[in-house]
Amino acid sequence: MESFVNETLVRGLMHENPATYEYTWLVQVVWMVTLAFLAGTFGAVISGIYTWTERRMAGRIQSRIGPNRVGPAGFLQWIVDAVKLLLKEDLTPKDADPILFKIAPYFVFLGFVMTFVALPFSASFVAADLNVGIFYILAITALVVVGVLMSGWASNSKWALFGGIRSAAQVVSYEIPAGLSLLVPVMMAGTLSTQGLIQFQGGPQDGAWWQVGGWFWNWTAFANPMAFVAFFIFFIASLAEGNRTPFDLPEAESELVAGFFTEYSGMRFAVFTLVEFGNIWVMSALAVILFLGGWEIPGVSHAQIAASPWYGYSLISGGIFVLKTLLMSLVVMWIRWTLPRIRVDQMMNICWKYLVPISMVLVVLTAANELLMAWASPLVLSLLHIVFFAMAGLLPAVLFFKQTFKNIRLMGDRVDLSNW
Amino acid sequence: MNAAGQNVLLEKLSQDSDLMLLNMGPQHPSTHGVLNFVVQTDGEVMKKAVPQIGYLHRGIEKIAEQVQYPQFMPYTDRVDYLAAMFANEGYALAVEKLLGLEVPPRAKYLRAISCELNRIASHLIGAGSMAMDIGATTPFTHGLRERESINDLLEALCGARLTYNYHRIGGVAFDLPDGWADRLRKFLDHFEPFVDEFDRLISDNKIYIERLAGVCTITAEEAVAWGLAGPSLRGSGVDFDVRRDLPYGAYPELKFEVVTGKGWVGQVGDAYDRYFVRVQEMRESVKILRQCLDKLPAGEFQAKVPKRVKPEAGEALARVESARGEMAWYVVSDGTDKPYRVHARTGSFMAMGIIEPKSEGLMIADLVALIGSLDIVAPEVDR
Repeated sequence: MESFVNETLVRGLMHENPATYEYTWLVQVVWMVTLAFLAGTFGAVISGIYTWTERRMAGRIQSRIGPNRVGPAGFLQWIVDAVKLLLKEDLTPKDADPILFKIAPYFVFLGFVMTFVALPFSASFVAADLNVGIFYILAITALVVVGVLMSGWASNSKWALFGGIRSAAQVVSYEIPAGLSLLVPVMMAGTLSTQGLIQFQGGPQDGAWWQVGGWFWNWTAFANPMAFVAFFIFFIASLAEGNRTPFDLPEAESELVAGFFTEYSGMRFAVFTLVEFGNIWVMSALAVILFLGGWEIPGVSHAQIAASPWYGYSLISGGIFVLKTLLMSLVVMWIRWTLPRIRVDQMMNICWKYLVPISMVLVVLTAANELLMAWASPLVLSLLHIVFFAMAGLLPAVLFFKQTFKNIRLMGDRVDLSNW
Repeated sequence: MNAAGQNVLLEKLSQDSDLMLLNMGPQHPSTHGVLNFVVQTDGEVMKKAVPQIGYLHRGIEKIAEQVQYPQFMPYTDRVDYLAAMFANEGYALAVEKLLGLEVPPRAKYLRAISCELNRIASHLIGAGSMAMDIGATTPFTHGLRERESINDLLEALCGARLTYNYHRIGGVAFDLPDGWADRLRKFLDHFEPFVDEFDRLISDNKIYIERLAGVCTITAEEAVAWGLAGPSLRGSGVDFDVRRDLPYGAYPELKFEVVTGKGWVGQVGDAYDRYFVRVQEMRESVKILRQCLDKLPAGEFQAKVPKRVKPEAGEALARVESARGEMAWYVVSDGTDKPYRVHARTGSFMAMGIIEPKSEGLMIADLVALIGSLDIVAPEVDR
């Protein structure tokens, strides 16, 4: 990033020497703000697109059609919805706390959009490659729960209060297993930077074509059993942090009407919805960064990516990252339309009785494993890696497809795939 | 609510000021219509939930006193809009008893066919909305999809999709249309595997079972004492079904099993048992429908009924097994062409009674499960 600013912008565009030019820092700041603005806009747009995706997908799953009136396949529906919500009256209930009620959505929005500062999109596109990137994202997402609690309290509605308290309890609890399981790849890679965590999954840089780059077997999730389990714990915990089914208790429709945003309307309601859907991107992107290889291109080393122009490998890496994240988001949506919701006490049980102890053990085991790795010979390590990849990667895949085909067979002639 | 009503409510509620008073309804997504529960909670745990009824009272029983006997039939549809056939049949049976009419055998079978189809439709909504209350929205829409096919069939049969007005005093309104029996057979062949699919989708779901197993258990004694009826009663393990034990219409000639709760995943009489009894009853209804189609006798579908229905003074009680439990119609005649008094005893109303004693110590999410598992339909409560 720094080299891009120095070489391309300062030297190429302004014809100055970056080492002596006195406004280099300003160019860097402007460039960073521009990137952050782009990333934030992306966050707003992707959550709009997600509302359309989710509704179309829910339509498929629930054997109905979904929005299909505005634009091709109803794609422009999200713009129409957003415009409608922005034009609606911004209503504050009579007995609500006016200040807290009005600023709560900003906290929620800030907690969401600021994660894009450290979320990478490709090998070269990241607003700021912080050396504490993952830590920063964990910390900044906690702002969401402040806003949620604020809205729950300020609405002066009992349903909203229930939603706010449930959300606070849930997010604070699940941040612990999320943080602990996230430590596993962090300890393996030895860095907190998001780009560093991805580059760790690039395999041996001087290896053959099948060793280098973002092949499945280089991903952290398949590196050892601890990381494999940590991936699932992290995924479950981030579902809970994003208030997604089966952890959508804060906005449980059949229990709490709409939870913490029951009293909101118009633009402020739109902001809550935007964050809810945008969080799908954040949680999927985090899972991809930490465990699923990020933007690493199979068979291409970092040196090759750095040497190629921006429209070369760099763009491909961005495409790979976005594709992986979108696939992950589809899984999140698919879960929502399949599973029922768990109860409050069960939600707490799962977190404190299962996820926290297991992730604690994983952290200790990973530390031990790192020590062992320094001792064992490379041959033993690669053998272990192959055995484990077969167990963790191939076995679940075989079981998954077996079950899928069984389900399709049981459905008989009722499977209809023609309508895609 | 008037002052007297408020006093009754206040007496029922605890005066502990640490508890939060919460109005669940009349506008709430999971009250299945217009119901109101005044809930006292200590955080998520409820102290008490007191049901308030009467929001949907339309005075249907009083209307009966203003109209002639056959004219009241369309009003019976509105007692339970999800299972209108049963109210039709119950009222028709009661008036036929007053008149001493014998219904032709074909009409009996047509009544059984229409009622069992309606039972499936109603249970699809019951089981689906139960799943929706627990947070799974997909089973509901799949249930609705199948219900649409049933609605199509019933529309072809009687012209209406919801308020059928199909039964008549002395028989039914229309005979089967051409080819309808084959359409029904085709639907049944399609529907039977659907119930298995429904089970795979939601009944066997681990989270769903965790939510319902051992929750809101109603013992057999309690169920009888509180007058529960139908699937809610059988879910508690009480082996009673009006169709078998006090047979009417074509049911003596039909073979089917009465499904009772067996504690499939938890205790006998928990919310899951009440839910699963409904799913199993859909399977039994399919069996009944197939038998009806095979045995359907030829002949008249309407008995000779005088133009002016004018029963002698007296009273009659007819009991039918509705989708929401035993539905009893009590008709008193004073010798004129209008009923002197009509009363309907409905399953939902009886089920409302048990919510208050059962709600103590439940969580709010469990209250939703309790209401859903009793399959309460608001208009049937208030009539």
